[in-house]
Amino acid sequence: MTAAPGYAPGRTLPLRVEIVRQFKRRRTLAMFALLLALPWVLVIAFQFGPQPSGQQPGVRMSDLATAGGLNFAAFALSVSANFLLVVAVALFCGDTVSSEANWSSLRYLLAAPVPRDRLLRQKLIVALGYSAAAVICLPLMALLAGTLAFGWDDIQVPGTGETIPALDVLPRFGIVIGYALVSQLVVAALAFLLSTVTDSPLGAVGGAVGLWIVSTILQAVEALGALREFLPTFWNTAWLDALAPEIDWGGMAKGASISITYAAILVAVAFRLFRRKDVVS
Amino acid sequence: MRRVAALVAALALIGAVVWLVWPSPPPVRGQEQKIAVVDGPSDDQQVVLDTTFFPPAGGGKAPAVLLAHGFGGSKQSVRDQAVKLAGDGYAVLTWSARGFGRSSGQIALNSPDYEVKDVKQLIDWLAKRPEVALDKAGDPRVGITGGSYGGAIALMTAAHDARVDAIVPQITWYDLADSLFPDATGEGPENGVFKRMWAGFFFGRGAPTAQSITAQPKPLTEEEARCGRFLPEICSMYEEVAKTGKATTAAVELLRASSPASVPGRIKAPTLLIQGQRDSLFPLSQADANAKAVAPGTPVSVTWFDGGHDGGNGEADWVYEQTTAWLGRYLKDEGRAAPTFTVTRDGGRDPGTRQRIRLHPESSAYPGLGGTSTTQVPLTGPEQNVVNPPGGAPASISTVPGVGSLLGGGGQSQTSLSLDMPGQSAGFESAPLTAPLQLTGSPKVTLRVQAEPGTEVTLFAKLYDVADTMQPPMLPAGLVSPIRVTIPEDAQGADAAVTLPAVDHNFAAGHRLRLTVTTTDMGYATPAEPAGYKISLVTPAVSVPAVAALAAPPTGLAWWVWATPLAAIAVAAVLLALGRRRRTAGATGTGDPETPLAITGLTKAYSNGDKAVDDLSFSIEKGQVLGLLGPNGAGKTTTMRMMMGLIHPDAGEVRIFGEPVTPGAPVLSRLGSFVEGPGFLPHLSGRDNLELYWAATGRPAEDARFAEALEIAGLGKALERAVRTYSQGMRQRLAIAQAMLGLPDLLVLDEPTNGLDPPQIREMREVLKRYASDGRTVIVSSHLLAEVEQTCTHVVVMHRGRLVTTGPVSVLLAGAKSNGQGPRLEDVFLDLIGEKS
Repeated sequence: MTAAPGYAPGRTLPLRVEIVRQFKRRRTLAMFALLLALPWVLVIAFQFGPQPSGQQPGVRMSDLATAGGLNFAAFALSVSANFLLVVAVALFCGDTVSSEANWSSLRYLLAAPVPRDRLLRQKLIVALGYSAAAVICLPLMALLAGTLAFGWDDIQVPGTGETIPALDVLPRFGIVIGYALVSQLVVAALAFLLSTVTDSPLGAVGGAVGLWIVSTILQAVEALGALREFLPTFWNTAWLDALAPEIDWGGMAKGASISITYAAILVAVAFRLFRRKDVVS
Repeated sequence: MRRVAALVAALALIGAVVWLVWPSPPPVRGQEQKIAVVDGPSDDQQVVLDTTFFPPAGGGKAPAVLLAHGFGGSKQSVRDQAVKLAGDGYAVLTWSARGFGRSSGQIALNSPDYEVKDVKQLIDWLAKRPEVALDKAGDPRVGITGGSYGGAIALMTAAHDARVDAIVPQITWYDLADSLFPDATGEGPENGVFKRMWAGFFFGRGAPTAQSITAQPKPLTEEEARCGRFLPEICSMYEEVAKTGKATTAAVELLRASSPASVPGRIKAPTLLIQGQRDSLFPLSQADANAKAVAPGTPVSVTWFDGGHDGGNGEADWVYEQTTAWLGRYLKDEGRAAPTFTVTRDGGRDPGTRQRIRLHPESSAYPGLGGTSTTQVPLTGPEQNVVNPPGGAPASISTVPGVGSLLGGGGQSQTSLSLDMPGQSAGFESAPLTAPLQLTGSPKVTLRVQAEPGTEVTLFAKLYDVADTMQPPMLPAGLVSPIRVTIPEDAQGADAAVTLPAVDHNFAAGHRLRLTVTTTDMGYATPAEPAGYKISLVTPAVSVPAVAALAAPPTGLAWWVWATPLAAIAVAAVLLALGRRRRTAGATGTGDPETPLAITGLTKAYSNGDKAVDDLSFSIEKGQVLGLLGPNGAGKTTTMRMMMGLIHPDAGEVRIFGEPVTPGAPVLSRLGSFVEGPGFLPHLSGRDNLELYWAATGRPAEDARFAEALEIAGLGKALERAVRTYSQGMRQRLAIAQAMLGLPDLLVLDEPTNGLDPPQIREMREVLKRYASDGRTVIVSSHLLAEVEQTCTHVVVMHRGRLVTTGPVSVLLAGAKSNGQGPRLEDVFLDLIGEKS
């Protein structure tokens, strides 16, 4: 008899259990509350602001935000993708292991025993699930809020002011959200790696966001030339191409490629370091 | 981690060293050379040209490039480009044209009798150089490039000298007369409107010798003051036309002689025409005419870049790339043929820097200024009255020569300077566009002008892009089309078919097109007589040409787009596969499955080399309650962590029920542990914590024995509160209950009575004794020796990581010296660790 009866490594830490463990946390609920409230705050802000003059379409995304629900959702995504969603994703992925270490509950899970690879795998899946939910819920709520506030209308493309029928653009909206998800993989993987090496949740989340900011700063240095294309943040806004009259896949393909590249390496390093780690927390 | 850091540092060092010692190209040295040439209509004028020859950087024989300078410049102004070209493997000759820099002679405006003869002799000179590759004796492999004045000499020389193998003329003219006296109705320069400001600039730059501003001006002779370094007949011609604002037949002939217009079909060298989109001196129509003037069958490409005499970005690097690609193709026979037609367009903003970027869409055919298709955009507007102000002032503004570049002009969406004076302009406007409209080429409209019979009417037509009422209308590239219409003696008006300036411009959806016709323009000479006209449209539409094939070059996906994720996933797989611990390492022999815990030779060192646990060996039998004793830092907790598989031992092994302990070993499921304090999720209640913990083990809920565990915890109603509200003792009890979930065969408790009150301590003592009596095993570490004495059957004493002694408590006490009151474990312990009180 090598193991207790009924024990099987493959049944430890089921996803359902990990989802419940994370869901009841205040920061999870607060983050979702913030993401779901933001579109309504924006709607109110637009209601207070001066009405756009004349009938002529502007060319900036913020000018077009009140043109309809779809435009508003695109605007909400554009203002939050650069920072708010990054913080949300970094929070879910950076907090997941380090907070267990911080609470000392990590050692009891490992001694339960939940095999280390399995622990990381289950936690990564759940953290990515929460991150995806965060990235998806914001534009969907924005779509709802925008449609209620500004009506259901065809989307007007920023830049040229062209109009694309609403029904044609819905699948494209799926592409936009899908790309936003893929492009956040880097943050997720980075935060997850930091989460496995530190016992401080703040360090893991802050570290991931900090490195993200450094990358954003570096990409503004034009002297780096084509090297900037390999920065993880460079293609962050490439999803705008999906809302152009002709979808341009080039930027998104590059962005997804960079994102997956970094994410694969970072996650592999996280697993490898965690396997060999002496858990002393 | 340290190895990774070392690897990164080593790679960085290697990179830095490679970067430092990477061979840099050898410096290019120019050889100053005075070359005497003979020119003039009868080949009798001696001129000494000041030249610099740059041998090719790679040595050996290389094709030659003649690099010509622009008007007002000298060989010094193209020196940087010459060095670059020489570095790219060309023998480069720069020279100051006659009348410029330190060359002697007078300016003849690229006349076939003067400058062209000079350059032919420069080609003769090149043919004798050992560095220059020859096609045959006296015929070097040679190309000519240059901008503006230098572009025209490239075209003129190619027309007059068959030895020229490729030319890249930039921002230059086809017909100098037409450039200075344009007429958009196509009546020719004799009917043209004098481009006063540009002509003044152009001739002004050839006037008094360019001197450094610090030098004392040399007194000029009367002839020098009047004509500067111009040939006297050119000087006189200019004086006359500038005075009257009208081109005489003689003037047109003189200017045409210096123009490719005089040698149609004679240019047989492959020609890349690079023309600026922001150029009101030599607009795109000049390059269009040049492209048609090249001999049929000769390769010709046309490029419209973001630059020109009015500024714009200039795209110096891109233009250089295009130039060398063309020269490489036709002088070195390498590289692909350039696309026939390329246009620089605004490409939005760079996703990283939000700076404007440029696209270079291409077409395999040059369609001319009429495009491949045209769209009729309806214009509305009534017949309108306009006046020509007396003296021609104030004048409307479209472009101010030389100012565009001072403003550091940017892309096509730049706000324009244009300004129309009230009362002088008629406007015709389209409805807002429902879709974006791309204009590539020259739009056309037909105007009706009504005025007194016999009058000459000078007008300027321009096509605005009107965004909305808030933003000022935008005049693409700041270009206008001057028109001169002569009303017949027997009529009240005349119709004029007007070709508007050739531009590449995108009208966004919602914008409107506005055709404005003005009577004045600051850049042109207009009549001084006051007059009034009526302007209307013959057909209420403007025809807008477009080039459908002008699509961005199909770049395809860069190889790294698919390669790097695949490589990364492969690397990740290797990282994970190699990182797997070998399970065989621990399997040295088999342990006894009936022994709950056997530790042999266990050693673990801190990172500084001090040993936390040093060669520790002991074992424990079923039914025992083992006390693990030792002062702080003895290694008790580290040993327990190794029992749980949290820490990897440096040497030795821990076996639980005969199975070696590794991280996540299944046998750990038979171990219940409470080490170094409780670990709970503070936001969950005590019950949720225990239930979720048990769920995380994946074992059946009925095996958990919750009721027994909760009874030990004794938390009552507090069980439903969040753990963060618990006291230290409550958490302690909950943690012990968690350790006992499922009634594990081996229970490891670290300081279990910490934070408990005396009744609870007593209760705990009973619980542990009862637990072991069922054939299970308990290991307790404690520093409360009295506690251990009452609870444990056996003890293990550790000190500084080493085992001091092990055995039943009773034996230990029996062997101890008595100090009268019977042996106490405390005395034994202190005695053992050598710290007698």
